[in-house]
Amino acid sequence: MSAMALFGQLLLGLINGSFYAMLSLGLAIVFGLLGIVNAAQGAFYMLGAFFAWMLGQYIGIGYWPSLVLAPIGVAIVGVIMERTIIKRVYNLDHLYGLLLTLGLFQVIQGLFVYWYGTSGQPYDNPPGLTGGHNLGFMFLPNYRAWVVVVSIVLCFGTWYAIEKTRLGAYLRAATENPTLVRAFGINVPLLVTLAFGGGVALAGIAGVLAAPIYQVNPLMGGNILVPVFAVVVIGGFGSILGAIVTGLVLGVLEGFSKVFYPEASNMVIFAIMIVVLLVKPQGLFGRER
Amino acid sequence: MALDIGGLSASDSRSGNLEWLAMAIGVVILIGAPFVVYPVFLMELLCMALFACSFNLLIGGGGLLSFGHAAFFGGGAYIAAETAKEFGFPFELALLAGVAAATFLGVIAGVIAIRRSGLIFAMVTLALAEAVYFLALRLPFTHSEDGIQAVPRGWLLGMLDLKNNMAMYYVTAAIFFLGYLLVRRVWKSPFGQVLRAIKDNERRMISLGFPVDRYKLINFVLSAALAGLAGSLKSIDLGLATLTDVDFPTSVAVLLMVLLGGMGTLMGPVVGAIITVSMDEYLAGIGVPVPVVIGIIFVFIILVFRRGIVGEFLYYTNRLYTNRTRIKSG
Repeated sequence: MSAMALFGQLLLGLINGSFYAMLSLGLAIVFGLLGIVNAAQGAFYMLGAFFAWMLGQYIGIGYWPSLVLAPIGVAIVGVIMERTIIKRVYNLDHLYGLLLTLGLFQVIQGLFVYWYGTSGQPYDNPPGLTGGHNLGFMFLPNYRAWVVVVSIVLCFGTWYAIEKTRLGAYLRAATENPTLVRAFGINVPLLVTLAFGGGVALAGIAGVLAAPIYQVNPLMGGNILVPVFAVVVIGGFGSILGAIVTGLVLGVLEGFSKVFYPEASNMVIFAIMIVVLLVKPQGLFGRER
Repeated sequence: MALDIGGLSASDSRSGNLEWLAMAIGVVILIGAPFVVYPVFLMELLCMALFACSFNLLIGGGGLLSFGHAAFFGGGAYIAAETAKEFGFPFELALLAGVAAATFLGVIAGVIAIRRSGLIFAMVTLALAEAVYFLALRLPFTHSEDGIQAVPRGWLLGMLDLKNNMAMYYVTAAIFFLGYLLVRRVWKSPFGQVLRAIKDNERRMISLGFPVDRYKLINFVLSAALAGLAGSLKSIDLGLATLTDVDFPTSVAVLLMVLLGGMGTLMGPVVGAIITVSMDEYLAGIGVPVPVVIGIIFVFIILVFRRGIVGEFLYYTNRLYTNRTRIKSG
């Protein structure tokens, strides 16, 4: 086993882990506020990648503007969905939210498979981040380093915004007791819509970041959704930090297993999930509800 | 706040009469259908209907919504196909082997999954089913992408040649009907009543001294076994067990059938299966993307039609009836 291959896989694992983290972070925020597990989160990740690709393909807008524009587009789609469809199930059993968003996921993914097929569309590395550095023990492609840095900054930035700022305090308060927070004159529905848009935009950014590493494929959302769900189960609903840490660690563990026993790499997350459920059913960072 | 799950009450004699009527009509249709419709299509439909009934047993009994029921369906399908083709098992034994495999999977998945309920239960079953999918992809006997093909149907009890489509159809119909009666029996039994009580108020049942987890687990395993029977039967009927059988879209399809027909109603899943399978067949023929249509139906049901077809029907006939009796007595 060469060190190059080991560290290469670990890096890829870290990247996957940061995508898991960003998606499950979005899930955790939306769940905390609305009690809805947004199964469409995977579709928004895919939309992020596709919007970036479409911007490049049809209008000729490059990676850097797309990194901002595509997530905004994704957030707009998400907010429209939230305002027109998803808000109708807030007062119902939470399972209806899951079923509804699963339906939305099917529609979005189905449309893109119908339009673009299941083979991926290539997306080039952005100019300025091609090539890489040889660190001695491994070859570090510049783009991958950038992805790791950006996603970790974004994850912890979100954590900071929620735990340490005034807006975050409103958000957390609205999670605990929305009626009381409204009585204080804070516009909770607006807050909810903002949080939903933010959670969805995180998935969109992850999608754009993923586009040059993996191809832009309509099925990419479905493929990442199940590991993200497992991450949420393992981390437990309740802690934003839990979502970030669990996502990153599981990604790295998955990378590890790819080196030593590739056949089992898809199973690692599920095996960990099973162990966690048996030992600590509420999840590693979860609170007893 | 809870899910709209149709409530069964064994004592309601009026809806009981209605049910007997519906069942009698159902049996007549079951017997007459292959003279009108292609029997192989009907076999597939009945297997999916049985699968939907098994799923419904879980949600109607315990209020647990599984997102990974394809694992048991496909697990049964693979084992039945493998034993029938490679080990030369006769028809009955292959079915039993499939059911045994699904039961085994059900025990493992059940012990893990019933530790949580509601949303987390759904996500855990989804993840477990994904694990089974990867197993099916990796294990050598499943032939990954190709699946197990050309599974022989064999003979029923060594006497009836099942290569004949009509013979195979009636055997399938009989097994489906027995499965349906089993679900009905379970629901109307004291066991089923305890399950509904657990669904309504789990803590009270615990404090009354019921071993709640054991009840849930038994129901889960029963549902898995029945799903395995549906899968086994399907793989022998169609001579095919593939990755599709264990894949997520199959779990979504069965969810749709039960939602569309009416969760927790006895006939609902059958009605849902008839509509869904026919729709799949029709849409695939005219080139409309099936997942999009399925997704739109999902959204539609959740927003305006949560009781499902049979559920809404029962709800309104019941209301009509109570109104009328109120007028009479008042």
